[in-house]
Order: sequence, then structure tokens, then C-alpha cells
Amino acid sequence: MNLNEEVEILKGVPLFAKMEAAKLKLLAFTGERMTFSTDQEVCHQGDPGDAMYVILGGVADVLIDTPTGPLRVAQLKKNGFFGETAILCDAPRNATIRASESLLTLRITKDMFYRLVTEFPTMAIEMMRELAHRVEDTNRKLRDATANKAA
Amino acid sequence: MQRNLFTYIWRHSRHEQLVILLLVVFAQVFYFLSLSVPKSIVNNGISGNAFKDSPTVTMLSMTIPLPGFLGGSIRLFDGFSADQMTYLVIMSFVYLGAVIVNAQFKRNINTQKGRMGERMLRRLRYELYDRILRFPAAHFRKVKQAELATMIKDEVEPLGGFIGDAYVQPMFLGGQALTAVAFIFMQNWLLSLVVIALLAVQMIIVPRLRKPVLVLGRQRQLSARLLAGRIAETADGVNEIHIHGSSNYERADISERLGHIFRIRFDLYNKKFVAKFWNNILSQATPFAIYLLGGYFAITGKMDVGAVVGVLLAYKDLPSPIKELIDWDQQRQDVQIKYEQVIDQFQPEGMMPEELQAIPEGPPPPLGHEMVLSGITVTEDGRVKQLDGVSLVIPTDKKIAVIGASSSGKDVLGQVMARIVYPSSGSVKIDGKDLLQIPEFLLGSRMAYIGQETYLFPQSVRDNLLFGLKHRPTTPATYEGELQTARELFWREAERSGNPVLDPNADWIDYELAGATGPADLLPCMVHALKQVELDDDIYSLGLRGAIDAGKRPDLADKILKARHALHGRLQAPENAGLIEPFNADKYNKNLSVAENLLFGTALGAAFDGDNLAADPYMQTVLARTGLDQDLLRMGLSIAETMVELFSGLSPDNPLFEQYSFISADELPNVRLLLQRLGGKGVEAVPPADRARLMTLPLRYIEARHRLGLIDGAMEDRLLAARRAFAENLPPALRGNVEFYDFAKYNSAATLLDNILFGRVVYGQAQAESRIRKLLTEVMAELHLRDSVIEVGLEYNVGVAGRRLPATQRQKLGIARALIKRPQFLVVNEAVAVFDGRTQDRMRDNILAAADGRGVMWIANRPSQALSFDEVVVMQAGKIVAHGAPQELEAKGGLYAELMAST
Repeated sequence: MNLNEEVEILKGVPLFAKMEAAKLKLLAFTGERMTFSTDQEVCHQGDPGDAMYVILGGVADVLIDTPTGPLRVAQLKKNGFFGETAILCDAPRNATIRASESLLTLRITKDMFYRLVTEFPTMAIEMMRELAHRVEDTNRKLRDATANKAA
Repeated sequence: MQRNLFTYIWRHSRHEQLVILLLVVFAQVFYFLSLSVPKSIVNNGISGNAFKDSPTVTMLSMTIPLPGFLGGSIRLFDGFSADQMTYLVIMSFVYLGAVIVNAQFKRNINTQKGRMGERMLRRLRYELYDRILRFPAAHFRKVKQAELATMIKDEVEPLGGFIGDAYVQPMFLGGQALTAVAFIFMQNWLLSLVVIALLAVQMIIVPRLRKPVLVLGRQRQLSARLLAGRIAETADGVNEIHIHGSSNYERADISERLGHIFRIRFDLYNKKFVAKFWNNILSQATPFAIYLLGGYFAITGKMDVGAVVGVLLAYKDLPSPIKELIDWDQQRQDVQIKYEQVIDQFQPEGMMPEELQAIPEGPPPPLGHEMVLSGITVTEDGRVKQLDGVSLVIPTDKKIAVIGASSSGKDVLGQVMARIVYPSSGSVKIDGKDLLQIPEFLLGSRMAYIGQETYLFPQSVRDNLLFGLKHRPTTPATYEGELQTARELFWREAERSGNPVLDPNADWIDYELAGATGPADLLPCMVHALKQVELDDDIYSLGLRGAIDAGKRPDLADKILKARHALHGRLQAPENAGLIEPFNADKYNKNLSVAENLLFGTALGAAFDGDNLAADPYMQTVLARTGLDQDLLRMGLSIAETMVELFSGLSPDNPLFEQYSFISADELPNVRLLLQRLGGKGVEAVPPADRARLMTLPLRYIEARHRLGLIDGAMEDRLLAARRAFAENLPPALRGNVEFYDFAKYNSAATLLDNILFGRVVYGQAQAESRIRKLLTEVMAELHLRDSVIEVGLEYNVGVAGRRLPATQRQKLGIARALIKRPQFLVVNEAVAVFDGRTQDRMRDNILAAADGRGVMWIANRPSQALSFDEVVVMQAGKIVAHGAPQELEAKGGLYAELMAST
């Protein structure tokens, strides 16, 4: 898979969807491609995070620690991404990600990400917009949920 | 050391001085011959004066004139008769012979003088250095190292030149001057008295005028020495200067000093030329007197004109020896001052007696059973009492801890035990023998001291580790044939200069001390010591990154090859697949750059290294022949376009440039301009001047990492063809510049690690490094290679003051250096403070385990460390306030309990 294909995938990531292609290309170029073999952990719940990952191929399980052991709560496929909270705020990993089959990812480190954002503020604005949408979305869900409960 | 330079010189070189003096006297015979023969040649050979009466004369008869009562003259050679032409020829050759002999004498005398001077200089330098080794430790707090170096190196240098002339010159010149004076005396005693009077005035006044010059010379020497010390301070404190931003304050100080030095030096010139002026005037005053008085005598008829001319002619020979004598005297005073100023700095109070540092005859005896400290008081310059009447009995096989606040004097106590600090009063006795009287090698072998900081010498880890085992040459070095003769000469010369005949090439290691029997089983001892301080892993890593010469270590190279095979065997397993892309001569390696793929070997030297490969003429011919240059140019263009697209708009100081861009921030605008000019016209339009720049871009390109999709299957084949062409036609002259990858061969140019991996770690494999490390550890353990790798790591040079090692590793090496001696008594003076808390405790346990059955005095940097000791001493304000087993002290409470509670 070469750079241009990676850029195409990045375009499919909502967080980066509205960014210019040239900037995405830079993001892809400076990012590090990482492959994980089946059952290898990408990150572990509770560990400090320093990078986000975009899945370029393969499938990963999202696991959450429960008193009865890890519980699979979701699966991520191509175009999926995770770890963005780690680079936006210094929160520890809120889930364990494990490759359920051979997994190809693009690793974007926090340092790199901030260097690009400080360099190109428009990138930051696009991301703010996306995040605001998400907050709005969450709020709406919360509202609906409380309304349902009240009813 | 004698304070008088002349006494010093005479004492150590009188034989040589006398030989030279004799040679000088003897040389005069030939000198006069070379002066008198021309007269005979002119008068008899050419003018024929001696041939007026007979056609032949007897020549070259040799007679030793003896008085009649001894039997009259002895005739050595009857001579032979010769005619005028033969006479001329023979006398000319006699003249030539005399000139040659004269020149030979001169050469010989000068060589001898030079050698004598150099020997004396060597002796003096050695004696000064020897004194540094015997300085009391406290003296080093007062002198600056740079000043010591300047004194030994520069300030005594002029002495060497002077020593050869110290005695010969005044005798020789004095003789010349006396002869001239005697000659004048014979012409006219009155005039000669005048001449002598004027000479006396000259010899009194000129040295007086030169006195201030000497004083200034002394100041110049001192100020230069201080400057050297100041510059060294700047280097030592450079971090402080930068951290506090006070570089301009330093500049001010230096400028002030240089101004001061300028003033001294300029004054010196002034005074020197004033002295010279008067010297000239006075030396011309004598002819003036001869003209005036001699003329008067001649006119009044008291002297004939011929005599006056005779005096004048005789006087012609006088000024130059006199002037040189005065110069010699000046030089004498100058070097005497220099000498005094240097040796004054080398006689501090309390130097260690020479006997204590004498070379031991054999292995060191045991230390003794009991150390008794009585009334130890240590004061700094008579003011603060750091230790105040400390008395303590320590059996040399006990483990004892000393605790207290940081100002309690506990660290000073440790230094007293190591003889780094001498007590101002009180004594330390080991089985009744004063610690200060115990030979250094005995303490060095049987005791060990580890302080808070470790100084490492800029040598290998191994040299530093074994440093404490080198007290005497245990096995002499063997030399053969010519080397042996050369060595013996070398040692004889050392003896002549009073230097010790000690061979640093001999084996100095005391194997027994380390618990080994010889060089063969020393390695396990070293590895053991490294393990005790948890340094073995670090040295192992250094070893993996080190290189060996397969020619010198074929055994190890062989084992490393086995490790390569074993590792690659394991890499075949499915779970390890894709970790490493091996170097395969028939396959393009996606994890190597294009340049590395083309070279397919390790570059030796600069010719094929890095970007130089593109500029190499041979590589260019290979590329041109295979047509690859156009492809690379196309790739370069494509990379340039991508880089311009990606990095335009990024500020030039963004670190991304350095990390990721093929083109530097400064170059990017030029490349953009180039692309604009080309306007998509393709490689043919690239101006020749820009080709080289574009060519270097693809050489750095790594397909697996950069993923620009520039290298497809066809391109791979072409690159492989170029690789083969490069290797096949490589001219013999360039063979030494590259060592090609070959799975069956050890590569001496590459590190051990690269040799074992024989491939490149694949980009983007999660946790590839740690997985490979694990595989590697397994392989090395299986082949028992770990110690051999550590041995290679031991050759790592630690750099100036060990700065190429991190501080914790330096300290660990310092501890290992003490432990490998297996000392009978070990003093650990807060030596683990540099480590983190858990490591501190582990280190303590390791050190105590290493010293099983022997004595340890542990000055604790944290009181809790004392819990595992037999006895604990509690100190406060330079005094011992409690002493006993931990349980007893615990029961009593007091300061012990307080200290324990604080940790």
C-alpha cells in the first residue's frame, strides 16, 4: 500500500474528513506504518497513550476490563481509528485494542500531530468542528436518554 | 630538590659537562690549525717564501717538544721533502682536513650539548611529575591542574636549551676574552688597564639595567600560568557559564587579564631595549678610549702607531665574547628564576615519603586484623572542625555502617580511612602500624574506597575495571631481536635521565588479587564483577555495538557466524516471520535505502559512505552503463515534487524537516524553482548542474519506510543488475572501501549485532525490537556467547572522565573496580547515592554479598541502609554519639531512632 492509498483511507476518517488532501498526505508521510500479528496488543487499557492509530487493513477487537475478565465491546475495521483522546488530552487508554487478525495501522504520534496542527491552524479548526459535532451528538443522546427516563 | 639550578645541573650532569669541556678544548687545536694553515699556504705555497733558498722543504714533521732533562724532543714523524707545487697541494688538503675535523668537532659538541640538555629536561620533568604523585590530597584543592601542566610542559622547556651551555659557554667565552685582554696587555699595559676598567663598568652596569627585565620576566611567567589556569576553569565550568548566562562576565575577566599581560610584556620590551641601547653605547666606548688615549700616546711619542693599531686589532676580538658572556649571564638569571618559580610550586608541606610508593617486591601481605582510630580530628584550614576527636575500633572483618546527617562528618571519616584526608591530630593504626606509614600498594591492594563520584580514565572499560590491580609489573613484556635491542637502549637512556625503568607494556595485572590465575581466566572474574554491580547488560549492549577484526579474533568471528545461522534458523518459524528482511544478494531489500541496495555491503572509509556514493566516479560509470542514472534522475524528480508538495508552507525551523524531509528547509525553495523552470518537461530538461542534487535524493529512499511507491518489480531488477555490475567490475584500488554482505562470511567492518542480524529490521512491525532482542538473547545463551560479547564491550572507550558513559554506569564501573580486587576492607562512602532508592538497596545487598567474610565500612546516604549491618555508628557534628548493634540502638532511642524515623 503506498502513500496515496493511505491518504484515501485517511479521508474516510471523520476526524480528518474535511482536511486538505496535501495535509493528509503529510500526515500519512510522517506517520509510521505498523503491522500487528493476530492477538498482538496495540495498546492496553490504563496505559498512558502517546499516539493514535488509523486502521488501514484488518480487524481489531476493542476490549474493556471487567471483574470477570476482558470483555469485547466492539470491533474496528478499515477506516476505523482509535486513541484520539490520548493525543487530544493526556487521558490513559480507555480500552485495550487487540488485533483479531493481521492488522495494518498508521500510527500518528502526539508530537507529530501537534507539530502539524500548530503549523496549519486550519487543520485545528476542521477538527474542532468535528469534535463539536460529536459533543452535540452526545448531548442530544443524553437529552433523549433523560427524557425517556423521565417519561 | 636543589633550589639552585647550577647545583642541580652540576649534580646530575658533571660527567657530561666535563667531557664536553674537554672536547671544546681539544677542538681549539684544530680551530687554530684551520686559522694558521692558510698563512702557510699564502706565504710558502703561493708566494714561495720558503722555497727561495732550496727547491724542496721538509714538511709535516711532527715533534713533541720536551725539555732536555727528559731526554729532549721526541720525533714522531720525520716528514718528507716536497717542492712548491706538492707543498701547495698537500697544505691545501691539510687545510680542508682541518676544516672538516673542525666541523665534526662542532657537530659532535653541539649534539652532546643537546643530548645533555634534553636528558636534564627529561629528568626535571619526571621529578616534577613524580612530585605530583606524592602531593598531599589537600594540595590539589589549591593548585589548578592546567597550571601544573603548563609548568611541566612549557615553563621548564627553556632550561633544556640552557643546560648544555651552563658551564661550557662561560669557560669558553671567558677564555677567549682573557686571551684578548692578555694580548692587549702585552701591547701596552696602560691602554689595557683602561680597556679593563671600561669592561668592568660595562659588566656592572648592563646587568643592573637588566634587573627590571628579569623581574618583569617573572611576572610574565606567573601571569601566563594564571591565564592557563583561567582558561581551564572556563572549560570546566562551561555549563555553569551558559546556564547562568554569564559569558560576558567571563569575557571581562579574560580581557582584564590579557590587558595586564600586555602591559607586562610591553614594559618588558621597553626595558629590554633600554638595556640593549646602553650595552651598545658602552661597548663602543672602549674603541673611543683607545682612539683618544692611544692617539695621544702616539702623538706624544710614548707609543708607536703600530702598537695602537695592534691594540685596536686585539680589541676587535673582545666585544663579541663579552657581549655573549653578558647574554649568558642574563639567560642564567632568567632560567634560575624560572626554575625556582616552578620548583617552589612542587614542594608543598606533607608530601608522601618516596618509600611509601616504592615498587613492591612481591604480592601484597594481608592488611591486619584491627583498625584503631584514636582522637581523629580534621579541621579545614584550622577553622571548621569536620571531625572532632573520633575514636573507634573496627575489626577488618566486620561490617559496620555509619549514619548521620549530611554535615555530621561521616563522609570525612570515610575519606580519612582511605587516606584521602589526613587527620590534623589523632591517628589511625592498623595492628599498631600508623595508616600514614603503610605503603600505598598495600592499601591499594587490600583496601578499597568508593566515593560519591568516580573518576574514569579515558581508556577502555576494561582498563578502568582493572586499574586497581596494577601495582607492579607481574610478567615482563617479551621483545625479540631488534625490538629487544631497541628496548634496552630505551631503558638505558631512561636510567641516564634518572627515570625509572618501568615498562608500561609489561603485564601489570595482579591476577591473584582478582581471584584468577592468569590472563586466561580473568574474563569470568570481570564478568562476575560487572554482574555484582548490574553493569553486565550495559556492557553486553556495548559489545553488540562494537566491532572485531575477524583476522585477529577468528574464533569469535566464527561463533558470531554460528549465531547468525542460529538466529536466521529461528526467523524461519511462522511466529517470527517478517521481523527481519535478510541481506539476499539476489533480492532487492525493501528495508534498505537505494544506496545501500546498490552497494550491498558496509562502506569502509568515506568514499562509499552516505551521500558520497552518488558522487563517486566509479558508481557513476556503473549507473551510466546500466542506464540507471536516468531512472534515478526520474525518481529524484518525483521525490522532489512530493517533497515540495508536502513540505511547502511548513516553517523552516519545524523539526519535521530534519526528521522526514529528503530536502533541507534551506534547499527547498531552490528545488521548487527548479521544478517550476522544468514545468513538467521531464528528466532530459534537467540542467547538468542540478543532476547531482536530484541523484542523491533517490539514494536515500527506503521503499518500506517512505512508501512513495517508486520502486516496482522492474525497477528492482534493474537495481539488482546495477548491484551486480558494481561488485563484479570493482577496480582493485577500491576493494578496500567496501565489505560486501556475504552470509557465509564475517564482516569485520560491521558491528557484532549487524553481523548476527545480517539483515534489516522490517519497518512497522509492532514490538519488533523487543522480539528480536528476545530471540537474540536465546541464541547467545545457547551458544554461550554472552561473555565473549561482554569482552568486546569491555574494549569500549569511556571518553574523557568517562563521559561517554551515563553517570550511573560510571559509578557502577567505579564500584566494580573496587570489588574486583576483593579487598580485605572496603570503604563505601555514600557511593550509591546516585542511584534510585530500590537500586540503592540492591547495590548494598550485592556489595555486602561480594564482601562475604571481609570487612565493610558503609557510610550510609540513607539511614535505613544501616539495618543490615552488624554494627552501626551514629555521628553528629563530627563526633560519634552512639555505637552498637541496630537492635541495641533501637532500644535506646535518641538520634538513631530519629534518623531511622526520617526515612
